[in-house]
Amino acid sequence: MAAERRPLILNMGPQHPSTHGVLRLVLELDGETVRNCEPVIGYLHTGIEKTAENLNYNQAVTVIDRMDYLSPLTNNLAYVLAVEKLLHIEVPARTRYIRVLFCELSRIASHLVWVGTAAMDMGAMSVFFYCFREREKILDLIEMTAGARMNPSYFRVGGLLADLPEGFSEKLHALLDEFPTWLQNYRDLLGANVLWVERLRGAAVIGQEAALAYGLTGPTLRSTGVELDLRKAQPYSGYEEFEFEVPVRHSGDAYDRYELRLEEMVQSAAIIRQAIDRLPDGPWHIDDWRIYPPDKHQYVERDMEALIYHFKLFTEGFKVAPGEAYQGVEGPRGEIGCYVVSDGTARPMRVRVRAPSFYNLQSLPLMVKDRLIADLITAIGSIDIVLGDVDR
Amino acid sequence: MALTVGIDIGKALLVIIFLQAAFGYLTLIERKLLGRFQLRPGPNRAGPFGLLQPLADGVKLLFKEEIIPAGVDRFVFLIAPMLSLLGALMAFAVIPFGSPVHIFGRLVPLQIAGPSLSLLYVFAVASLGVYGIVLGGWSSQNKYGLLGGLRSSAQIISYELAMGLSVIGVLLAAGSADLNQIVSAQTREWFVFPQIVGFIVYFICAIAETNRAPFDLPEAEQELVAGYHTEYTGMKFAMFFMAEYINMITVSALATTLFLGGWHGPAILPSYLWFLIKVAIFLFVFVWLRATLPRLRYDRLMAFGWKVLLPVALLNAIGTAAWVALVHP
Amino acid sequence: MLTLYLPIVIYFTISLLVCFGIMGASRVIGRPKRQQSVAKLQPYESGIVPEVQLGPKFSIKFYLVAMLFLIFDVEAVSFYPWAVLMRQLRLYGLAEMGLFILVLGIGYAYVWKRGGFQWDR
Repeated sequence: MAAERRPLILNMGPQHPSTHGVLRLVLELDGETVRNCEPVIGYLHTGIEKTAENLNYNQAVTVIDRMDYLSPLTNNLAYVLAVEKLLHIEVPARTRYIRVLFCELSRIASHLVWVGTAAMDMGAMSVFFYCFREREKILDLIEMTAGARMNPSYFRVGGLLADLPEGFSEKLHALLDEFPTWLQNYRDLLGANVLWVERLRGAAVIGQEAALAYGLTGPTLRSTGVELDLRKAQPYSGYEEFEFEVPVRHSGDAYDRYELRLEEMVQSAAIIRQAIDRLPDGPWHIDDWRIYPPDKHQYVERDMEALIYHFKLFTEGFKVAPGEAYQGVEGPRGEIGCYVVSDGTARPMRVRVRAPSFYNLQSLPLMVKDRLIADLITAIGSIDIVLGDVDR
Repeated sequence: MALTVGIDIGKALLVIIFLQAAFGYLTLIERKLLGRFQLRPGPNRAGPFGLLQPLADGVKLLFKEEIIPAGVDRFVFLIAPMLSLLGALMAFAVIPFGSPVHIFGRLVPLQIAGPSLSLLYVFAVASLGVYGIVLGGWSSQNKYGLLGGLRSSAQIISYELAMGLSVIGVLLAAGSADLNQIVSAQTREWFVFPQIVGFIVYFICAIAETNRAPFDLPEAEQELVAGYHTEYTGMKFAMFFMAEYINMITVSALATTLFLGGWHGPAILPSYLWFLIKVAIFLFVFVWLRATLPRLRYDRLMAFGWKVLLPVALLNAIGTAAWVALVHP
Repeated sequence: MLTLYLPIVIYFTISLLVCFGIMGASRVIGRPKRQQSVAKLQPYESGIVPEVQLGPKFSIKFYLVAMLFLIFDVEAVSFYPWAVLMRQLRLYGLAEMGLFILVLGIGYAYVWKRGGFQWDR
């Protein structure tokens, strides 16, 4: 029997129902056991980093949006904070609060997609629809604020696109009040289901050392017992002013990641509540017309000088003194970092993004070696990759 | 003689047409129900309430281009879906679906044929259908198909044993393997009550037998794309599909016959309607499970079949035997 | 006896005709209109042209379980006549079957202990 054991080479993806987009995995199979797994990426390469070099600093926000399309505002934040670091500007408190609020909303939205798609991967179809129903409500909030649902480009250098609209607070509170019942639904449908638990327990395990060595971040890392959350470790955008916990699990398997993500949603909801309840009044952007455009009705239409600033900002943008800055933020998938180099012109010389999905994906072969195909599907789901984020 | 043969042909045609129609509308009902479970309306464009949807699907599939991939074993590739459908249709042959009726002054049983070991016949024929799946997956030269076909055979060796043993209790209680006599033994009490353990084991195995969620491993979309029928197009694909749904109807009909008193019911409705209602309940549960449950993992499935269901079914059989030997009058 | 199975033969014939009918209709109506390209006739492998074709041999890990299944299935069939005749056999049948199951159980326990029911071994 051992004489004739050629492995079966199977291409899973790019056109496959559960590779979350266009991931290609070259599998070496022995029966149903995965002996080797090699991710092949690049099918969704969009050249976002290069594109950003040809746009001015504010325009680049719109392409940065499109990397991790499940939580675009976190990408925005990393980029905007990096540029603000280069400019040495401090945004008003209200801006910081609103940014935190929307990042946490994005985190919930992203985790909802995760719960839904992971359940779908396991064959539990209906949960997917429930998750998307709830995500729609968050997207509605984003839409009413920024005008767009998927890629709002809401954070701008020095401020925001717009202030919170009227009626936002009431809608948000309604959503927050309803939020615990959503979670209870998922826990009833998934966590209380022995089939779900059996599929996830002990699947896609990664050890603490390997996780650190591979540079994993986010829930994937925290499931191995490492308590690393940039919101606590290197607070940015005023996260130190909020009270929340960083949930940690220890066995490093898919079930821990599932629980972590549900936990994180609870914490995010708590942060959002604090942010909206303690939201300071005052300006929501910096008062510097060289960087943030003057208000159209208040100034541009009345004041010649404002008009000139406005014109200059929208034709050539603002110049940034030479230098470089890196800002990492805690996205739903892990550390999403933006490294911006300026050469003194109005366009970034280099924008480099540290995409969490890229690093997390590297651990996949380790997780699935000598496991069944079914575990491979669990593993792909559990590391929560977004191919747009991997390939950029 | 001629009349007998005529009636036989009539019954055969009736059953086949009924099964085809039931298959078509079962797909519609499933999609409608899944839609409701999942906060969406389901198909509602073709005809009122989407009632013409099965027809539209059928026409569409019929007009699909026939593709036979390069390098397949043509004979096996073509024979496999037929084998699958044939197995599904044949298994229904011995199921009594109503009390005997009078046609041309003759008492005609509503059943194609009633051999005395009809229960054994159902199991024997129903398990032939798996050959279609295995051969279809194997012959299509597709890796996903091969894996799906193998999973199917793995599944049947995990479950069929427990399925066969789960109904021993019913045989003991009825003292016969003839489905007609099993039905008439349930005039006073349905076997589902004394044989609840056997019933549960049977139903779990039935889901596995029909490759339905949560045991839909051979065609696990998220793992094997479409599993054994990845390479099949048009009506050849539809035949696998038909086989799956007709098998669902058959196992539900068998469950009704063995455990829910068959066509027995209060006289307010004709017997075949009672039968249909009971079968429909089972079919609803099939869809409900599909909407709710995640899929089982592969090795768990085999362990579950051999280490849980088999001993439970065996113990149930022994317990019932002891009851028959010691207590039964 | 023959008349008992005649309906099944009739039913089988009609079913077979239905199967061939569907197959034939699909062949006639769904005949490719033009030459199918090489790429189209490739087996599907997630959109990638497979570098390694499917070999004639494939390792089936569960063949041991399959053999066990054959053995146990034959045993299971012997339950059927026993179950039907139980009312006549009574205690004798119970004792007889108890012995049979005991022997079967020893084999079953042995296989379980040796890990014979493992999926992938």
